[in-house]
Amino acid sequence: MSTDTATLPVGRYAYDQVDRTFLSQRVAQFREQVGRRVAGDLSEDEFKPLRLMNGLYLQLHAYMLRVAVPYGMMGADQMRELAHIARTYDRDYGHFTTRQNIQFNWIRLEDTPDILERLAGVNMHAIQTSGNCIRNVTCDEFAGAAADELLDPRIHAEILRQWSTLHPEFSFLPRKFKIAISGSPHDRVAARFHDIGLVAHPGPDGRPVFDVFVGGGLGRTPIIGVHLRDNLPEEDLLAYLEAVVRVYNAYGRRDNMYKARIKILVQALGVEQFREKVDAEFAQMNRADYRLEPAIVEGIRARFGIPDLDAPADAARKLEADRKADARFDRWVRTNTHTHRHEGFISAVVSIKPDGGIPGDVTADQMDLIADLADEFSFGEIRVTHMQNVVLGHVRKDRLRDLWRRLEGAGLGTPNIGLVGDIIACPGLDYCALANARSIPIAQKLSARFANPELQENIGTLRINISGCINACGHHHAGHIGILGVDKRGEEFFQLTLGGSAENDVAIGQIIGPALPEDETVDAIARLIDTYLVLRNEGEAFIDTYRRLGAASFKDAVYAPA
Amino acid sequence: MPLLENGHVTEDRWAQAIAGEALPAGAVIVPLERLEEGLARPKDAPLGVAIGPDVDVAVLRPALPRLGLVAVNFPTFRDGRAFTQARALREHLSFTGEIRATGTPLPDQYEFLLRCGVTTVQTDRTEDVAVWQQAHEIISIAYQPSVLHERPQGLGLRRFLVTD
Repeated sequence: MSTDTATLPVGRYAYDQVDRTFLSQRVAQFREQVGRRVAGDLSEDEFKPLRLMNGLYLQLHAYMLRVAVPYGMMGADQMRELAHIARTYDRDYGHFTTRQNIQFNWIRLEDTPDILERLAGVNMHAIQTSGNCIRNVTCDEFAGAAADELLDPRIHAEILRQWSTLHPEFSFLPRKFKIAISGSPHDRVAARFHDIGLVAHPGPDGRPVFDVFVGGGLGRTPIIGVHLRDNLPEEDLLAYLEAVVRVYNAYGRRDNMYKARIKILVQALGVEQFREKVDAEFAQMNRADYRLEPAIVEGIRARFGIPDLDAPADAARKLEADRKADARFDRWVRTNTHTHRHEGFISAVVSIKPDGGIPGDVTADQMDLIADLADEFSFGEIRVTHMQNVVLGHVRKDRLRDLWRRLEGAGLGTPNIGLVGDIIACPGLDYCALANARSIPIAQKLSARFANPELQENIGTLRINISGCINACGHHHAGHIGILGVDKRGEEFFQLTLGGSAENDVAIGQIIGPALPEDETVDAIARLIDTYLVLRNEGEAFIDTYRRLGAASFKDAVYAPA
Repeated sequence: MPLLENGHVTEDRWAQAIAGEALPAGAVIVPLERLEEGLARPKDAPLGVAIGPDVDVAVLRPALPRLGLVAVNFPTFRDGRAFTQARALREHLSFTGEIRATGTPLPDQYEFLLRCGVTTVQTDRTEDVAVWQQAHEIISIAYQPSVLHERPQGLGLRRFLVTD
């Protein structure tokens, strides 16, 4: 390991003075825009897209600031600054989102320039976490660590972050635009539920190539992304994405915001015609202007600190012994870890879903603790996951039990990753101006109902997703069990969908029947799960039993209680 | 607002075609529907054309050698199609004349306009020119190539924007 990389933050791109100058200019620009708004020189209509491009929403009760965590990666120093912001400017909380960002729910407009300045002080920002532009690029939470990875997607995620930042042509698109990138054959980024999903792998000469999916998404019109092309060479990555987004900018609908996403354009044209337009644009571009030279990629890669993976030879054996000695620890290791490419290391998932808690909510003190644990156990590196959890990517196996004890002590040791308790939920009517129903209480009740870790583990892999409205921020279409809040004459009802998945077996969940009143929803889901336990074959996950038997077997359980 | 060029006020030498009236002598901007009529004028009479955001600029290809100006329109600042039109005029059609942004773009979009190939702005907005100049100067770094071929910074895709 060279002395140069030893000084770089592990896992994320290191800013230099030019990047810092850009951020401080951006803060100054927003301060000036806020000033013009306050002076009345900008109408709210005009100010809105400008504040949204700096992550600032106006919600039900207050402004909400969504801070970018580029491809989910941050450092302990950055997490501590987020804790400070939570304490000083919010009510002591932050909320991790499915876009691998963090948001604060109780922000004052006039504080925002100061908050952005503090963020810039630790090389963070809120650029393009909202608005009709290319949003924060997401990637695999186990990037650079996972044993099954073919290619570390963070380098290209950072290149896409830079390319899309204040892109002159693509900052006023018909609608928001989301890109996800994976470097593993196991899709952990929901590639086919994005406007563009990129799956990276090494090409024949060892250089990265990309398989491109386009036009996927959830929301009102859930659509699985179509396959646009395979083996896009790295040097053409930016040119090709420019071509795709240009076609969208020119032809995407602008008359109806509900039909403005690229998925609607792709469906309207058909994939063949859409591909023809992209290829025509790509063919007439001066590709030299957009070529992503290997030197540029290597220059960016060189700004990423890499962990010095050095573990004692008996680290794995020590972990085995620790697991044998402690059944509770053993369970947590089973549920909350992921295989690392280095045999002496493991990736640990910190559940931000305590029993009966609010998914993704974390206190300032917990943020500080996570920062300390990252420094102590994982090279100061922290990852936010699209499941609203946190990952410490590189933990030495012989030290995993120490980490677990510390997490346990802070209420962060819940062994529920991938299980019933690991619920994705949007903020719902408790915060969101769009919502029709509250998501958080359903999530809390379900989580409390299935708090027993033995029961959860017996039920096995089960993804529950809750959205408080049709916009589907809780990705209910992609849940094995999806829950959608609807409003019926002022009362909250919940509609169940079954069979969705955002992974390699991608599917959109199907509505099972009429929506249920709030007070019946949790019981109905409990009966649904009981039914699965009766009907399942040995070793079969809920989604497999559902696919084998179909909706009918579960419908009775939901609508005809014994 | 007066005509803005590269952050400064400049004189407008172009006249607009008036609906229902014959085209005046001298430099005139015609709507796309009257392009044929404009092209029929003497070859030394400066001609510009104004297009809507839904026009594929490729339709201008045959006329471009005769055109000194293309006006692209922002019916609202949210409609970003003109950015793509301007860029296509520069990159695909090698148009070197004036590209004028009309309608109601925001001053905050000024740098984006310039980087996509727009050279002049004529809007109905009421901001002082100073606001536009400030928007032009406040950010000095960009992270992607543009039609202006700004000076590369050295690391990655970064460019130093040229400011006056």
